[in-house]
Amino acid sequence: MASDRGMASDGQVPGQPGPGDQPGRGDEDRLPVTKTYQLYLGGAFHRSESGRVYPVTDYRGTFLANAAQASRKDARDAVTAARSGFPEWSAAAPRARGQVLYRIAELLEGRREQFVSEVITAEGWPVRRAAALLDVTIDRWVWYAGWTDKIATVLGSGNPVGVGSRCLSEPEPVGVVAVLAPQSSALLGLVSVLAPVIAAGNTTVVVASQHRPLPAVTLAEVLATSDLPDGVVNILTGRTAELAPWLAAHAEVEVLDLCGAPPSISTDLERTAAGTVKQVLPASATEPDWIRAPDIRRLRAFTELKTVWL
Amino acid sequence: MTTAPASLAPQSRETARLKQHYRMFVDGRFTEGGGEPVSTINPATEERLAEVSTASAADVTTAVRAARRAYEKVWSRMPGAERAKYLFRIARLVQERARELAVLESLDSGMPIRQTRDVGAPAAGAHFFYYAGWADKLDYAGYGADPRPLGVAGQIICSDAPLQRATEKIAPALACGNTVVLKPAYTTPLTALVLAEICQQADLPPGVVNVLPGVGDLGAALVAHDGLATVAFTGSAEVGRQVQRALAGTGRRRILSLTGPADTVIFDDAPLEPVVDGLITGVFAGPLAVGGWSRLLVQQPVAEQVLAALQVRAGALGIGDPLDDNTDVGPITSGGRLARIRELTSSAGAEGAQCWTSPVPLPDRGFFTAPTIFSGVSPAMRIARQEVFGPVLPVLTFRTPDEAVALVNNTPYGRSAAIWTQQPSRLRWTVQQVRKAVVWTNTVPLFDPTAPCGGYGESGLGREGGRAGLEAYLNG
Repeated sequence: MASDRGMASDGQVPGQPGPGDQPGRGDEDRLPVTKTYQLYLGGAFHRSESGRVYPVTDYRGTFLANAAQASRKDARDAVTAARSGFPEWSAAAPRARGQVLYRIAELLEGRREQFVSEVITAEGWPVRRAAALLDVTIDRWVWYAGWTDKIATVLGSGNPVGVGSRCLSEPEPVGVVAVLAPQSSALLGLVSVLAPVIAAGNTTVVVASQHRPLPAVTLAEVLATSDLPDGVVNILTGRTAELAPWLAAHAEVEVLDLCGAPPSISTDLERTAAGTVKQVLPASATEPDWIRAPDIRRLRAFTELKTVWL
Repeated sequence: MTTAPASLAPQSRETARLKQHYRMFVDGRFTEGGGEPVSTINPATEERLAEVSTASAADVTTAVRAARRAYEKVWSRMPGAERAKYLFRIARLVQERARELAVLESLDSGMPIRQTRDVGAPAAGAHFFYYAGWADKLDYAGYGADPRPLGVAGQIICSDAPLQRATEKIAPALACGNTVVLKPAYTTPLTALVLAEICQQADLPPGVVNVLPGVGDLGAALVAHDGLATVAFTGSAEVGRQVQRALAGTGRRRILSLTGPADTVIFDDAPLEPVVDGLITGVFAGPLAVGGWSRLLVQQPVAEQVLAALQVRAGALGIGDPLDDNTDVGPITSGGRLARIRELTSSAGAEGAQCWTSPVPLPDRGFFTAPTIFSGVSPAMRIARQEVFGPVLPVLTFRTPDEAVALVNNTPYGRSAAIWTQQPSRLRWTVQQVRKAVVWTNTVPLFDPTAPCGGYGESGLGREGGRAGLEAYLNG
């Protein structure tokens, strides 16, 4: 992506003492080049087909940027993109998937300052806290990177049927997972729900935090320049309540993660998802503490067990 | 070629110890339910087998409360090793009364005695034996250290192989320390009530297992009950959706085991004789154990040959009294289901499929339908897409392995597939490609308590059997 160039110093980290080694050229005089935040579909950045944008502010309410406001058609296009990304990603060697995830961690590490700055802007944390959150975020990618080639060992089983047959149960990727990303934790929360989905070999449509979508789009820029095949992760920005019902009803979405669903509609979404017997990860009353170490539950939720009699 | 067996070797009906009247089982006692009593019908004769008192919505609350009490005061606190011994005890009693259960199951559901005696009843005992062993080993099950039970499990089963369905629901729930309220299908409630009696004989603490016979509304009342922690349902995809809808927003765990096509894929190098054997066993003589409706996908070069061989074998299947050892095909469980099968098969004819029907005469009475094979079926026809529980087999043909996989996967359901080919690479590839929860390779459909079953896609959520079958009953 062309937008990847010259990113190193566009973050102005509030409260951080200037390192002095890379001074900007006349920060006071120069008008910064602002970034356009688009949808990430099928490995490329697009405006919403509806042409709509919505204003995004920082945690204090100051205008930051216009983000694309995805429409129903964008949601469906995203599912199509995820569906077409599924055969390659689900069939990729688990070890190769692990390397792709690890590479994402490496790229995040290389862009620390930018992400710390984005998290501060979106969530309003002091620098040290934001940096600590980024540490956890990067480590989470590493944790899931190591899981890819162990899921089958841990969740699968040899079934001692003893009738002259051998019988094995192996977990397989489920398909397309629609994720309503956490609303508060715009980066760590997002990564905590996204990484297990793709670690398990699924492809996904993620609806980013509605009011804090910018870290998600920046993450998409990282994903676009990583080794992740096109269509594995598709990220929509816009109104969660507008997009979620289409994803909940879509026959090609196999799992619905309601993590960031607006409480007022989450039961309705679950009801809609029942129409196609989707696996649903329910919304919790309050957003989980994402710093806590994850467990295998999400990986299990994003796999189907296939029992083969040989 | 043989003709239908003429000799009769019926099992004695006395073995079933059939009673005139059956009652619901709540809090360790058999009591009259508050619902309208129903008659359960012998589908082979259309005669009344027994009267069964059904539960009312108020009885659901009573049963759930009893189960909750038993959960809090006794069952969840009991050491796993003690729970295990209760389950082993139940397993033994099921084995001791296996013949009685088999005959009763055949009388009530119409499944041939060879199925209920040789497959169904042994499987019921085996399920309790298997899960009994888990009760004190849950730390090793992969659901975290010291996984906890959830509470009261509401369990609803359908009329296909009801004894197996009941045991595969009750055993894992109990092993994990949950208590159970089970609702059998109103057409086939008897073996579940004998299972309740077995629980009583095993001295299982009152309230740990409760059995509520009743019609569909009762199931809805049970699913919606606030006192449940987890719900397990086996049945049609349509009712499965209703169950999931009813559970929306409750945060309750659920297992849905729903129907879907059970496909048999035959490649041109498959050995003909075992293939046809497999189809005969899997489709006509025991389809009810599969939990799906059958379709046959056969590669074009051998299609004629397979079809001809199938017709010969299916035409020789004995149809009649399920208690007769020579009976291969019993009646359909209920008149309603029979009507549905008739409607679907006539639609297949109207849509242009060629129909072959067994020439063996049907008994004068009972919900019988002859083994039927439809050839020239296209994937869009209703007979290829909609559930038909009966001895009916639509046959589709394919040219390439790709086409076979596309046909198998081109459905929202994902229950099972049986694949027949002698080429290892093709077998491996096909097994990988099909989106089904259970795949048999070069074998008739087999089931085992250690082997997880369930469905991909709209065929369900979660698994039953094996270690995976513990998940819906543990907080880990």
